[in-house]
Amino acid sequence: MAITQLSAFLENTPGTLSQAVTAISDAGINIRALSVADTRDFGILRVIVSDVEKTKEVLSQYTLASETKVIAVKMSDEAGSLKKILNILENARINVEYVYAFTSAIAGSAYVVLRINDLDVAESVLMGHGIEMLSDEDMKDMLG
Amino acid sequence: MKNYYQKEIETASREEILKIQNEKIVKQVRHVYDNVPYYRDLMDKKGVKPEDIKSVDDIKKLPFLTKDDLREAYPYGLLGTDLKNCVRIQSTSGTTGKRVVAFYTQKDIDLWEECCARAIVAAGGTDEDVCQVCYGYGLFTGGPGLNGGSHKVGCLTLPMSSGNTDRQIQFMMDLNATILCCTPSYAAFIGESLAEQGYKPEDNKLKAGIFGAEPWTEEMRRSIENSLGIKAYDIYGLTETSGPGVSFECEEQTGMHINEDHFYAEIINPETGEVLPEGEKGELVFTSLDKEAFPLLRYRTKDICILSRKPCSCGRTHVKMTKPLGRSDDMMIIRGVNVFPSQIETVLLNEGYTPNYQIVVDRENNTDTFDVYVEFSPEQFSDKIADVQAREKALNAAMRSMLGIGPKIHLMAPKSIQRSEGKAVRVIDKRKLHD
Ligand SMILES: [Zn+2]
Repeated sequence: MAITQLSAFLENTPGTLSQAVTAISDAGINIRALSVADTRDFGILRVIVSDVEKTKEVLSQYTLASETKVIAVKMSDEAGSLKKILNILENARINVEYVYAFTSAIAGSAYVVLRINDLDVAESVLMGHGIEMLSDEDMKDMLG
Repeated sequence: MKNYYQKEIETASREEILKIQNEKIVKQVRHVYDNVPYYRDLMDKKGVKPEDIKSVDDIKKLPFLTKDDLREAYPYGLLGTDLKNCVRIQSTSGTTGKRVVAFYTQKDIDLWEECCARAIVAAGGTDEDVCQVCYGYGLFTGGPGLNGGSHKVGCLTLPMSSGNTDRQIQFMMDLNATILCCTPSYAAFIGESLAEQGYKPEDNKLKAGIFGAEPWTEEMRRSIENSLGIKAYDIYGLTETSGPGVSFECEEQTGMHINEDHFYAEIINPETGEVLPEGEKGELVFTSLDKEAFPLLRYRTKDICILSRKPCSCGRTHVKMTKPLGRSDDMMIIRGVNVFPSQIETVLLNEGYTPNYQIVVDRENNTDTFDVYVEFSPEQFSDKIADVQAREKALNAAMRSMLGIGPKIHLMAPKSIQRSEGKAVRVIDKRKLHD
């Protein structure tokens, strides 16, 4: 129950991020979640979009783009819910590469994206603890 | 009052120099033909016999030697005497693949050191001077050459070798160094470091600097002269021909006198090999006249120069060469290390990258910057920053082991490296090395 994230390589020159985002929107694709990690020399844009194939095509025209499976979890209202998930993973000795959050105005909730190398193990561990994860289908249904 | 290390030969008339050269070249060619089968084959192939060479005018009949020949003949193929007669090896700073080793008998070393001594005296050196040598010591010829020359002049020699700038400055100030020998960029760095430590140019006892082993401009010369309060002299040489001291500047600072009693210089058209008349720009070619262990006939330096026989106010009569004005191949000298774009391409292909790359060299604060931009492929891209950084680091290490210096690696998206008229621009050298 993982969802598909697209990553794109951004050279550290002014305007590369807006160029990438503009190209995606111009193609009529919705960006549901977005995160940028950068160093002094380059950045990596990570997006969850309504149309993976089309986005990949758009991005590949001028930069490197790759697909990665990530886990998306809905945050409950109670305090410390992210901490709880991270604790579960830590106790199972599962390493989290990076995390970012997004909200959905339509669904009125917050979600967290977790990038984990050992996806299958993580999924079964989280499921074992009754944590619900989104699928690509859920993303479509929920966010339109 | 003018000083010379060997006045008689340094100020000899043109006729006297020619007479010496003509006598020496006959012997040198015979020595090479009899002792170096590699070059004998080249002569035989060209149909030239030692007896065809009666004077320096006949040198143009001889075949050229190139760096490729030196690599092909590595290590002993161009040796002109038994190894038991050799006392020293020096080597170029290049990589394993490009390394050149040169051999010396004691006589070769003495003559080489005399050439360096001439350079030191031309820069005003006497036995009253304290000569600080901060060229590298070891396989590199800079340290050993100037060290030997300094001894011959009778200077008090400070064999500092390169690096450890604080210690260089401490010795320079405490022991009253008067002559500094190093690369021009290191001289500039010492100048800056002195200023940072609060010293003014007049606080040191230096009067002259002998700087070589890398290209530098007149502008850089003036800035070094001002920051150290000295007169800065250029020196030229190659490991292949012995080391520094093949030619050196006098007080006129308008070119370097070639030690013509030991080296015969020609300027050729690098395309055709045709010998060009004095005053024309072309590739510098050297023929050693009296070397025992590593005699080289018509060695192509790849340095582009102009020769001039205009009389010099210093009284020296030996021909002068300009600083190298460029290269006839694509070699770059970065931080004193010879770098060929082809080596970078080899590393990229070995490491699984495309040969789409660009080398950018610049000079900041008198130090060369060295950046290599490389396009990588979707398979090599990862969504994790650490993976991309690890790739850059690994590529830097692979380059360092090939070149001896590691460039800053910048991974780039495909097709993002600029091309001019469809043709990739491989090298952008922003340094202003030639006036
Ligand atoms: Zn002169």
